[in-house]
Amino acid sequence: MNSAAVASVVQVETAPQVPVAVPSTGPLDAKSRQWLEDLRGTGAAHEAAVARLHALMLRAARFEVARRRPGLPHLRGDDLGDIALEAANDALMNVLKRLDDFRGLSRFTTWAYKFALLEAAVKLRRRAWQNRELPLEPESWGLFSSTGPTPQREAEQHELLAALQRAIDDVLTPHQRKVLVALALNGVPIDVLAERLGTTRGALYKTLHDARGKLRRQLVASGFMLDTTRKGGA
Amino acid sequence: MERSDLKHALGRLLGPKEPELGCDECFTELDRFVDLELEGSDAGRAVPGLRAHLEGCPACREEYESLRALVAGEQPL
Repeated sequence: MNSAAVASVVQVETAPQVPVAVPSTGPLDAKSRQWLEDLRGTGAAHEAAVARLHALMLRAARFEVARRRPGLPHLRGDDLGDIALEAANDALMNVLKRLDDFRGLSRFTTWAYKFALLEAAVKLRRRAWQNRELPLEPESWGLFSSTGPTPQREAEQHELLAALQRAIDDVLTPHQRKVLVALALNGVPIDVLAERLGTTRGALYKTLHDARGKLRRQLVASGFMLDTTRKGGA
Repeated sequence: MERSDLKHALGRLLGPKEPELGCDECFTELDRFVDLELEGSDAGRAVPGLRAHLEGCPACREEYESLRALVAGEQPL
């Protein structure tokens, strides 16, 4: 992407955490322009472009399925093939509906691929958690309570973890606590939780972000130094 | 728990320290970010907050890694 694309900027007003200056449009490369012309056109060229786009979506969906296959031993090849095809079909519809959203800031194929990867990833995560009860209560604190490398560090760890547990109980709303525990402690995928709670991934991440901010502020107020490392090493 | 494991666990609970994008904005910017990275440009500077979000959101991180791997394996930019 050349730097000229950055000349015109707009503000992402819906960003929940940080406003970011983004280019409104960019110069289209020849291949991307051809994709758009063919997909917006009519007749044989349009039909051929849609078929090519579907092939691209299927390639991306199969790519995602293949990457995740080791973690899905309970799914048979036929199931995975069906998921890939369904993801490709859904992605094709999304891309065609959202052609006007393509800003020319990447190659068209890169932009289109992300829809197929997202569809496949979401379907696979949901399938992996199908019929499973979501763990919404803290289950994993025991994993954090093993011994440290030295008695002093072990004491520090216990102190920090105790403060963190207290902060979760004291400063978070029940909804924030449920979301934080499910996503950050128990490893529930965010789109699986969003589906079960009838909300969106973006809304859940905003809740998670707000909860994390509260915990950080509470720990700092309690005297813990969280700025020594990016990941909050105290 | 070793200290690195504790840091990882704390990272999941406390998230990135830096300002970050949300999931929707991440999805909007992801293709630009990946193409910029693969052409050797400073993607983090061009899309501030996206890299921090990838560190705080495992789902978006997975989708970023897939898109990057798919595009990188397709053809050189």
